[in-house]
Amino acid sequence: MLTIKDLHVKLEEEDKQILKGVDLTVEAGKVHAIMGPNGSGKSTLSYVLSGRDGYEVTGGSAHLGDVDLLELEPEERAAAGLFLAFQYPVEIPGVGNMTFLRTAVNAQRKARGEEEMSAADFLKVIRARAKELQIDADMLKRPVNVGFSGGEKKRNEILQMAMLEPKMCILDETDSGLDVDAMKLVANGVNALRSEGRGFLVITHYQRLLDHIKPDLVHIMADGRIVKTGGPELALEVENNGYADILSEVA
Amino acid sequence: MAAPAKNTDPTEARIAHLTLPRGGWSEAARADALARLRSTGLPARRDEYWKFTRPDLLTQPVAPSAAIFHSDEAPIFGDTAALRIVFDDGVFNAEASDDLALDHVKIERLADTDADIHWAQGVYGVLETAGQTPVARPLAALNTAFASDGVLIHVTGAVPKPIHFVYNHRDEASDVILHHVIRMDKGADVTILENGPAAARFNKVMEVDIADGAAFHHVRAQGRDHERLAATHIFARLGAESTFKSFTLTVNGRLTRNDCVIELTGDDAIAHVAGACVGDGDFHHDDTVFVTHDAVACESRQVFKKVLRNGAVGVFQGKILVKAGAQKTDGYQISQSLLLDEDAQFLAKPELEIYADDVVCSHGSTSGAIDEDALFYLRARGVPASVATDLLTLAFLAEAVEEIEDEGLREVMVDRLEGWLERHRA
Repeated sequence: MLTIKDLHVKLEEEDKQILKGVDLTVEAGKVHAIMGPNGSGKSTLSYVLSGRDGYEVTGGSAHLGDVDLLELEPEERAAAGLFLAFQYPVEIPGVGNMTFLRTAVNAQRKARGEEEMSAADFLKVIRARAKELQIDADMLKRPVNVGFSGGEKKRNEILQMAMLEPKMCILDETDSGLDVDAMKLVANGVNALRSEGRGFLVITHYQRLLDHIKPDLVHIMADGRIVKTGGPELALEVENNGYADILSEVA
Repeated sequence: MAAPAKNTDPTEARIAHLTLPRGGWSEAARADALARLRSTGLPARRDEYWKFTRPDLLTQPVAPSAAIFHSDEAPIFGDTAALRIVFDDGVFNAEASDDLALDHVKIERLADTDADIHWAQGVYGVLETAGQTPVARPLAALNTAFASDGVLIHVTGAVPKPIHFVYNHRDEASDVILHHVIRMDKGADVTILENGPAAARFNKVMEVDIADGAAFHHVRAQGRDHERLAATHIFARLGAESTFKSFTLTVNGRLTRNDCVIELTGDDAIAHVAGACVGDGDFHHDDTVFVTHDAVACESRQVFKKVLRNGAVGVFQGKILVKAGAQKTDGYQISQSLLLDEDAQFLAKPELEIYADDVVCSHGSTSGAIDEDALFYLRARGVPASVATDLLTLAFLAEAVEEIEDEGLREVMVDRLEGWLERHRA
């Protein structure tokens, strides 16, 4: 599904190498987690894959299926099936949440040569999905993320994921700023979307999210590389001992 | 060093090209207006409120010619049921206009000097004169003196449908001066729509006298002719518990100066004036607003949004004057520009002058680019960059457009803005 090979990335504005050769393959139907200390390059990886400005790829490749992601505009990557749940969802005053989602869903369908969703069908689907995530009608009408609590913003991200039905979902620290109940709600939303055809890459600092979204594999990232890969028990090791042991072990 | 003597005074040079209409009930008012114009002279760059907008194109004796713009869009407000009054280069077109008869309203023409329009004498040039203090508005005095025509409307009740002025531009050299007067009796209610470029150069004044409890709604779209010039004034006087709401859409136009002078004279009156403009290239748009609170517990709002690109210039000069005794005033003013590239320019001068101690007045002015984070967020969800930019631009304009109460008219404005944005993508 997602194949990253020897990916090197530096900041565009300054001569600072952030990713120094990332190798990662996420198969369809699998959930991979990336953990790592601050500044290890986890969020950069998510931004580079989704096409944010400000980064320069100096080497390596990233493919979604057969599609070369790095060649595409952000909207083309989205239409190809990539979804990034933002660590900090953006507030957009003046644009209604519903208008935004409908525009996005239909733009992606159009880009893929599919028929656009009718207003009635869209309404039916979004109401059902919103209910599962305990998102009320008022939240759908309000401007995108404006005045939303931290938990509401993250639930709104998952709602977008549910509506857009991507092939590959990247969750960038989706647990940050959430209390336990909100985290469970978000995790349930993600778990409901797990399927054979869909891959997940869950970026997190803490093991606790992985109690709710059970990963198949856990990768430890440090200094721009993946330094260790293991089963779910690796996350527990981090939780108990921190990163220091692992890092000294691979150094 | 002595300044070189001027060969001709610019004000006299302009007057020399105009004919003062003689006879009829407005003669005295016109003579007074001419005297006002001569005492101040036409606006010049040194004048406090003409520092950001060059007045010369508006004041020079002959209008520069302006190409006629041919649009494939359907006429604006074409689907709105209204009583239509059509002017071609400022000349009343009786054939294209509806019969000037409607319930609760009496409609006459300024050019019809024989008409018995005593009521108009109490308003014509009167609100304009009041609006000359403390800031002189010589183009309005010129208008009162030389207006060739206009519509005089006496509203006595709730008018069943809007009255719609259509200003066609037919002649590339037309230089037009129109003056409308609207007097609203107690509790009356009317909506005035305006659209069209009117002329190569258009000078228009609208005086609106709103009695207690009356409601005046105004929505206009200034024509899309790229080379047209316009200087317009609205002078409004509001009685107790009355309402004034005016919205202007401006797309294109080489030079537009819209003055709006509002005086709140009765308690609990409400005045909202708003504008949305979009300009690409040779476009200069100036909103100059002066709101005077001279009564208790009145509310005023000024909401102006400008989208500018490719050398377009936007100007906002807005003042709230709260006189002593105008307690419980609620004044609000916002002027914002969205600069779509680095060549666009926005100049703003917000002013508050407050002589009462129990008031709430707020103002803000900002200038910025499209929010890159919001743009990326939309694109990351699959919305193409051009569509995302339009969506964010419309969102920026929304606060001004939402000042229009009527949903249908609001949609007409949004449609026009969407059309413009689509045609002017980078």
